[in-house]
Parts: sequence; structure tokens; C-alpha cells
Amino acid sequence: MGVIALTYHDLLLSAVLVLLLAAVSIALSLGIAQGLLIAGVRTVVQLLLVGQVLKVLFENASLTWVVLMALVMLAVATREVGARQTNPMSGLWGIGLNAGALFVSSFGVTVLALFVVLKPQPWYMPQYAVPLLGMLLGNAMTAIALGLDRLTSAAVRQRNQIEARLALGHPWRRAMTDIQRDSVHVALVPIVNAMAAAGVVSLPGMMTGQILAGIPPLEAVKYQIVIMFLIAGASGLGALSAIYLGARRLFDDRQRLRLERLRADDPRG
Amino acid sequence: MTTVLELEKFAARRAGADSTAVVSMAVSAGEVVSLSGPSGCGKTLFLRAVADLDPCVGRALLDRLERRLYTGPEWRRRVAYVATESAWWSARAGDHFATSPDVDMLAQLGLAETILKQNTSRLSTGERQRLALLRSLSTEPRVLLLDEPTASLDRESALRMESLVRRWVRASATAVLWVCHDRNQRARIADRAFEFHDNTLRDIPRPERSWASSH
Repeated sequence: MGVIALTYHDLLLSAVLVLLLAAVSIALSLGIAQGLLIAGVRTVVQLLLVGQVLKVLFENASLTWVVLMALVMLAVATREVGARQTNPMSGLWGIGLNAGALFVSSFGVTVLALFVVLKPQPWYMPQYAVPLLGMLLGNAMTAIALGLDRLTSAAVRQRNQIEARLALGHPWRRAMTDIQRDSVHVALVPIVNAMAAAGVVSLPGMMTGQILAGIPPLEAVKYQIVIMFLIAGASGLGALSAIYLGARRLFDDRQRLRLERLRADDPRG
Repeated sequence: MTTVLELEKFAARRAGADSTAVVSMAVSAGEVVSLSGPSGCGKTLFLRAVADLDPCVGRALLDRLERRLYTGPEWRRRVAYVATESAWWSARAGDHFATSPDVDMLAQLGLAETILKQNTSRLSTGERQRLALLRSLSTEPRVLLLDEPTASLDRESALRMESLVRRWVRASATAVLWVCHDRNQRARIADRAFEFHDNTLRDIPRPERSWASSH
């Protein structure tokens, strides 16, 4: 089975759906038309741009360009993790925490997968490295953001309970056990659900893509299984390290709770 | 008399807030010291800093050892802060105790033993306040920092708590810093009394001798 190439005419046809939705929104004054249209335009522009970038990257498969691309992706993901939290860590420490957790998990698992599982020649071959890193970064980003958001908002909300435990001589780690466990749970729910529903409720996006591109289903399935496990590994590693380091950062060297290290109004007023 | 807690040029210091009065004092074994002052003068902040829950400046010593020789948790277990409003993290009241309080102590505060099996959210503020005191005592602290511990108690319960603390402090040769507003309570409980005034801590002269020495 060959690939059916899409023409720009096909793209326009699918865009009609979005335009129709916008029209309905205006007719019913749902107030979503503007956001919808802007998001639609962003999809087109961003994907065409990244298509161009990938085209150039694939034609000049040098390690320097791949690393540069990876760093740009890391920067965008770092920013996104911060933006998705209500009370993120303030200052350089916050950025470092987000970037560090993303880096360790996604880059670590990507490099591992390239050397041990996929073994392309050369190992940084952009056709493998870039989409793989993208999938891992995207999922680790969600896990880290969910985990840290739960961690910091629970710390703010349960400040009195945490300090009551500290006042009884509990070490910070014991005072935070429940909150940390809860945060890890929240962070990993999406990937656990995705693995549980894979193939039954939804065909995962990557597998669908490969099948559409003419890869035999069983080959696509094998790829998807590997990717799922890599995503689970990266999400878990990223969330665990971010939640542990983030919780540690909420306490100082005397193990006092220091909520002023979060970017928000001081809840003590 | 043995000094239990010693503060030297000590003050709470929190980022973005004015520091409290700079305090130097020594509290001896078996002594109850009361602290009073207008609301907002930093009494709570001061106690929290003594308990090492907030940053501070100056020196603090427990049993003649510098604070830095203790880890944060070690210090806080020995210098136990009891907040005005207690917080509970577990469903059952009894789960919050390092070692179960003895029936005697519960009875002294007018509480039945069955209260330990109850859900903390169903307890009254006064019950919680009394349990919070016992919760801190169960870790055998050297110093008790009480922040208006009888604020939500009726007079009868307040008197029971006062005498429990007095007995405890004598029996275990420990020390108490007690934030209180009530002049009468101060006269009943305190061996010495201090007042925060214009960002200093000053002695309140006492015409009458303390409750303790008359017994």
C-alpha cells in the first residue's frame, strides 16, 4: 500500500470543518470563534514551519543541528511546564527544576532508546531522534506539570497540617509523604490510562500515523509498544525527580516550610 | 536553677516583614513565662521563630547547646510549638500521637479515652485544642511554646489545662513560654511575665507572687 499524498486542496477541505464550527459558534454566540480560528491558524503556521525545519534537518543530518533542535524543544517544554502551574517555584530555581526534570527524563530515555533499542545509523539520525524526543518531551512535560502543580498547590492548601507535623518534630519528608504520593499518582494517571486504553478505546496517534503511511500493522504495533514504555519511563522519571526535588526545595536547611519560594501571593498575608 | 532555654539578641526575621522585638532571656527548669502584647505585635511570629518554624536572627540554646547542634526536627520536637488553631492530617484523632496519651492526662483535661477513636473533623474546636496540647506532650518536649492555648475553652476547661501544664512543667523540669491575654490567667500561671511594647520586650512587674510559690 502506498501513501496517498495530500494536496493543499485537501487541507482546505478539512479547514472548512473548522470554519463551520466557528460559524456555529458565532450564530449561537458561544464566544469561542476567535480562539478557535486563531488556534487553527497557529496549527497551520506552526506545523508548516516545523515541516520546513525538519526538511532542512533531514537533509543536513549533523549532530550539531539535531542538538540545537533538541535544545529549542527543551526550552519550549520548560516554559510550558511553568505556565501550567498555579504556584510555580520562583526564579532560576523554578526554571532549573523544570528544565532539569525534562532533560534527565526525556533526553536520558531518548538516548537510551537510540543506542539500545532502535540503533539507527548514525545514532542521532534526525528521522528517529527528533520525533522520539518530541513524544517523550511532550508526555514528560504533562506529567511533570501535573505532578508539580499538585505538589505546590497542596503545600499551600495544607500548610497548617505540614507545619503541625514539623512542630511535632517530623522530618520534612514524613510531613510531605501523603502529598508527594498524591502528586506522583496525579502525574502518572494519564500515561497509565493511555496504556490501559491503548488499542481498545483508541488507536495511539503514532501507530495510526504509521499505518496510514503504509507500515504493516504488526510492525506499527511493535513500535507503539516500545514508544508507550519509553513514554511511561520518561514520564515516571521526570515526575519523580521533579516532585522529589520540588518538595525538597519547599524546605530550607533547617527543614522549615518556605512557601515564599513559590511564585504567588504569600498565603500568610 | 538549671537554664533550659536561652535566647540571646533573638528575633524572628521573615522576608518582606519587619522583625519582631530583639529578645534576650533565659528560662529555667520548672518555669512558666507569659508573653503578652497587642495583637499584631508579633507574638506568634516570635514563638514560631523560637520553635524554628520561621527564620530568625540571634542565638538560641536548649540545655546549653546551640541550636545549630540540633537538626531542625530534633529542635522542634524538643521545643514544641502549639498553635492557636490546631491542624490535623489524619482521620482518626489517635493517629496523631507518637505515643498514646495516658487516660489520666485525658481525664485531667476532661476528655474521655474514646475521643482518640473519633474523627478529627467531628471534634469541637475546644476538644481539638486540648488534644493538640496532649499531642505535643506525647513527644516529651523540653520546652512548650503555647500560643493562646485556652482561646476556645470555657473557664472550667481553661483552669484544667492551666493546672495540667503547671504540674507537667514541675514534674519534668521543663519550661513553658505562654502567650496569653487574660490578666487573671497570667497571674495564675506565670512565674515571670513579659509584654511586647514598641518593638521591645519588657518585664511586667508583679505585685503579687506567682501561683507556684504559694504552693
